[in-house]
Amino acid sequence: MLEDLYQEVIIDHSKRPRNFHHMADATRRVEGYNPLCGDKLALFVKLDGDTVKDISFVGAGCAISTASASLMTETVKGKSRQEAVQLMERFHDLLTTEKPAANLGKLEVFSGVREFPARVKCATLAWHTLKSALAGAEEVVSTE
Amino acid sequence: MAAVTDPRITDPRASASDRRENFPVLDQRVHGKPLVYLDNAATTQKPQMVLDAMNQFYQMDNSNIHRGVHELSERSTRHYEEARVKIQRFLNAVDWREIIFVRGATEAINLVAYTYGRRHVQAGDEIVISAMEHHSNIVPWQILCEEKQAILRIAPINQRGELLMDEFEKLLNPRTKLVSVVHVSNALGTINPVADLARMAHRHGAPIFIDGAQAVAHMPVDVQALDCDFYALSGHKMFGPTGIGVLYGKAALLNKMPPYQGGGDMISTVTFAKTTYNELPYKFEAGTPNIAGTIGLGAAVDYINDIGLDRIQSYEHELLAYGTAQLERIPGLRLIGTAREKASVLSFVLEGVHPHDVGTILDREGVAVRTGHHCAQPVLEWFGVPATTRASIAFYNTKQDIDALVAGLGKVKEIFG
Repeated sequence: MLEDLYQEVIIDHSKRPRNFHHMADATRRVEGYNPLCGDKLALFVKLDGDTVKDISFVGAGCAISTASASLMTETVKGKSRQEAVQLMERFHDLLTTEKPAANLGKLEVFSGVREFPARVKCATLAWHTLKSALAGAEEVVSTE
Repeated sequence: MAAVTDPRITDPRASASDRRENFPVLDQRVHGKPLVYLDNAATTQKPQMVLDAMNQFYQMDNSNIHRGVHELSERSTRHYEEARVKIQRFLNAVDWREIIFVRGATEAINLVAYTYGRRHVQAGDEIVISAMEHHSNIVPWQILCEEKQAILRIAPINQRGELLMDEFEKLLNPRTKLVSVVHVSNALGTINPVADLARMAHRHGAPIFIDGAQAVAHMPVDVQALDCDFYALSGHKMFGPTGIGVLYGKAALLNKMPPYQGGGDMISTVTFAKTTYNELPYKFEAGTPNIAGTIGLGAAVDYINDIGLDRIQSYEHELLAYGTAQLERIPGLRLIGTAREKASVLSFVLEGVHPHDVGTILDREGVAVRTGHHCAQPVLEWFGVPATTRASIAFYNTKQDIDALVAGLGKVKEIFG
């Protein structure tokens, strides 16, 4: 159902993305790119030891990728590196399997994406980029 | 608003009852809605006649060509070569030997880049393409230019998506070794004045390659009238199968070009000391070709001829005018590509909504369109958009299909407010 995909929270975050700005003092900056639809984002992460102290992004993309990036930044801020990676795995399960969502909070609004396989990449672009940032890479991450 | 005025005259479907019935794939529902197929620039659907011709080959005639002395091989060779003559007539080429079967327009461009290009292009030479080319008419030339230290020149376009002819001519000079331009742009729908471009190129001593992939299903093409040196087409964009296409080339040029690939069928004699190449067109057709695909393409040509490209062209012209008028009424919609000479394509962006979301919502309404950069990133960058939604028509589309598109865009507005 279209209404499951484009839930109000998603539309809201796509139109008014949170943490949508450059970060001059970021410790990591990684770009994500989805060649299929041309979605591009730059992710800024400020790590304090093992903790994501601050996180932001800029870029242009579809509603799903923009909302996903926005909600991701809200969710992982203050989390440890390990917690963020675990969240990513559970989020990926939410999009691709029938497993019941486990403690994903707001991110559960993306459960509708499962019915739209062509859009899974849109929802995971920001997360792939985050994973790469946390791993210490400074590069362009592609979904292809 | 230009309505389709007299269906008896302009509607090619009226010529043989409802032509739509010839396309089994169109008769289905997707997501509970009747399928509205508006992605014809990506690939066209196949009429039953084409499917039958290919089936017939595999069921009755399957065998290799040009070698067996047995009945099946003679039959399949005959059908294969008949398809070549059909294409020759379809393009009005002087000689059947000028028709080379390849996998598609992309392979045709690569063939010329690797053979003609490698032989004739030297360091400091120039190749001219346009700003609206598909990646397939950019990348092979980039590879060649990099290898030869040659220069790729890009002819600019205006805000409507039309070539600037004066600027085009300024790019031509004695170092220009080849001009390669799309006949109809897949991203914008622009019809380029290729006969004028050919005259221009020839004035400066350069041959011209025309990528006709988006043209041949929508308008009559006469390679002699255009006086182009090479012309490429893809079978699947003209109601034929995938994996088969054509390179047309003037015999004088093809004869001087080295072979593209080595193998069987492209040779006269082989010894370990020396190999003599076969004559045209076989010099460029190494290995067992796509026989069924070629026969399917021949059937597609018969099918198109049965309707008549003049009628297809005038019907689609009215449909495009109708679609343009309907889309222009939608607030916040901007058409990308508004050339005065245009075919088949309605490419647009909708304010505040990404094309990918438009495509998903339209799909749920049964409307199939393409979203993205259409393998023509440079031209979209020029227009300042990362992607568009593209509806592209074929003669089996109707005003009702356009209306379904417009209604689907209403649904997009509903969701995105």
